[in-house]
Amino acid sequence: MNPIPQRFAHHLDLKHGCVELTHGGGGRAMAQLIEELFLAAFDNDWLRTQDDGARLPGCDGRLVMATDSHVVSPLFFPGGDIGCLSVHGTINDVAMTGAKPLYLAATFILEEGFPLADLKRIVDSMAQASRQAGVPIVTGDTKVVERGKGDGVFITTTGIGVIPPGVEISASRAKPGDAILISGALGDHGMAVLSQRENLSFESPIMSDTAALHGLVAALIQVAPGIHCLRDPTRGGLGSALNEIAQQSGVGMRLREAAIPVHEPVRALCEFLGLDPLYVANEGKLLAIGPAKLAETALAALRNHPLGREAAIIGEVVADDHGFVEMETTFGGRRLVDWLSGEQLPRIC
Amino acid sequence: MKYIDEFRDGQVAQGLAARIRQEVEPGRAYALMEFCGGHTHAICRYGIEDLLPDKVRLIHGPGCPVCVLPSGRLQSAIDLAERDRVILCSYGDLLRVPGAQGDTLLKAKARGAEVRMVYSISDALDIARAQPGRQVVFFAIGFETTTPPTAVVILQARREGLHNFSVYCNHVLTPPALRAILADHRPGSGADPKANSLLNGCIGPAHVSTIIGSEPYQFVAADYRQPLVIAGFEPLDVLQAILLLIRQINTGAAKVENEYTRAVTPEGNRKAQRLMAEVFELRPRFEWRGLGELPDSALAIRPEFAEWDAERRFTMPPIQAADHKACACAEVLRGIKRPQDCKVFGAACTPDHPLGSCMVSAEGACAAHYHYGRFRQAAA
Ligand code: SF4
Repeated sequence: MNPIPQRFAHHLDLKHGCVELTHGGGGRAMAQLIEELFLAAFDNDWLRTQDDGARLPGCDGRLVMATDSHVVSPLFFPGGDIGCLSVHGTINDVAMTGAKPLYLAATFILEEGFPLADLKRIVDSMAQASRQAGVPIVTGDTKVVERGKGDGVFITTTGIGVIPPGVEISASRAKPGDAILISGALGDHGMAVLSQRENLSFESPIMSDTAALHGLVAALIQVAPGIHCLRDPTRGGLGSALNEIAQQSGVGMRLREAAIPVHEPVRALCEFLGLDPLYVANEGKLLAIGPAKLAETALAALRNHPLGREAAIIGEVVADDHGFVEMETTFGGRRLVDWLSGEQLPRIC
Repeated sequence: MKYIDEFRDGQVAQGLAARIRQEVEPGRAYALMEFCGGHTHAICRYGIEDLLPDKVRLIHGPGCPVCVLPSGRLQSAIDLAERDRVILCSYGDLLRVPGAQGDTLLKAKARGAEVRMVYSISDALDIARAQPGRQVVFFAIGFETTTPPTAVVILQARREGLHNFSVYCNHVLTPPALRAILADHRPGSGADPKANSLLNGCIGPAHVSTIIGSEPYQFVAADYRQPLVIAGFEPLDVLQAILLLIRQINTGAAKVENEYTRAVTPEGNRKAQRLMAEVFELRPRFEWRGLGELPDSALAIRPEFAEWDAERRFTMPPIQAADHKACACAEVLRGIKRPQDCKVFGAACTPDHPLGSCMVSAEGACAAHYHYGRFRQAAA
């Protein structure tokens, strides 16, 4: 244990203590929480200055900034927790523009009474995710709300990155004839979380796929810089992501269901609940759309990366004024892959 | 779970489709109704209509529990949810179904009513155990499939002496609804002849039949001279059932056949039937959305279990609520209009803003058609 800094009479009780209102009050208690918990975990030169903002070196190229708030329940799920999720989520948002993510900021809204042990677990998980990704958390903020006015912990992360020259990636650039690729199996994250919700009490071996995808994006762009669109199909799943791109680009899509990878336990659990894996959230998959002549190269690049082993070409972009995303079913029929309306709900019939 | 894929095998499907094409006879009509929303969903989800010759027409039936609940009873649930200390537990789909004047449980929830979405009735029981100071009501709907679990939970509540739990019972029965549909589609009946709605056969329920068995459908053959084939919810089951129906139609037969023998027996699940009989009794009349009042078509909780019957525990005066005036749900549920024949389909009525109940649940004909089949109209 570190020697106790003179300003604080005791260490934070990270085993049995709880978040208190004073931890957000701007006084000594807050300074201690920051120092013993956040600083200790995220430690880097920018944070060590303890200034209000992080001074970052200038850089060439176009900057990208993205932000994402995380409110997941449960906070801990098989394969991850809200901590690493909040780091991966924003890194991925930055990466989906083709940019290399450089820095993160993190804001915590804590509920009074939240166990410090859980907070430490979450913060350690963020620190590990940020270190593994090579994207430091350079500034942050903490607020505490009264008991009953939050849901344990909410985390907002903001990221900055820089786009390499020659890369032009946007959801409005899909063109008829483009190939559609997915970097792996669908639905792992959503079903891992759903299977943990208290009112769905069955055992399942499904693990969240939460991961930082900027390495995969870099590998892809290196061999196929002409890629048109990238998306991480998070909430709303592949179905929603494709509809968004179809709308923004003014095109239609044709998918082949048989080509879309879904792990067996996910398929089975979806089947049991009457859910469609096409609409279930992913946190470690990317969707890439680009010229057909790049498709095989892009596929090989994805498959060569540990996060893209199960990548597949799942369809193509077509001209379609209605912007319909259609799918040839495993059965040989056709169906629409529509926007999701409301939340996906289990079947009762 | 390789099991699932076996029933979705594309090649087997193509083989069945080829046989269907061969066996369809030029001089005959093949208008087939799938009673269940589960079948409607499978048909739209897998694009089964693409595999069928034009002569085979599928007509969606009323077997969607959310769709057939009349607006008045839904409004009663909304009113109940708004009472002090009540927690109303409901399946998610019901939250978006319009009651009176387009009010929904979701809107009531936003106004502050305690409405909880649950995945099963036992979740509601757990909530009641955890919240002894509140009155927890489960909004029970569904055909014979969801009725036995409701019975089990009511018995459990009695065993535990759980006095803050009750059920708002809206369980309905399949055979009376099927009878009403067949009467409607009989030659010379009220059905609009222009809608070409005479039926030539029915695809019988999957999950419902596992409970009630195949025997209760004999009246379809005996009284209405119609073939009926009970089929599972997998897409291959549906194709297989269509082939069996075509064969019956070609030979002029009218039998109850069971394609779903892996789960359905002639007498059904006796244990489940006993449970239902122990807890429920027939309601002499019950209103269905679309089908109107049908005799002996729904279940009420027996007086012995009055304490767990929300309709007895709370005063719940019957509410008459008119459906939206542009809504064609009644005709869609009776199979005399197709979803796309409704004037507001896809325009004023969409899954995001449903005017009628058929646009809400995944088993609803309008929702299934909107989600999976809309591109066909656009192409037409
Ligand atoms: S489109 Fe809407 S209003 Fe029309 S029948 Fe269907 S659900 Fe009812």
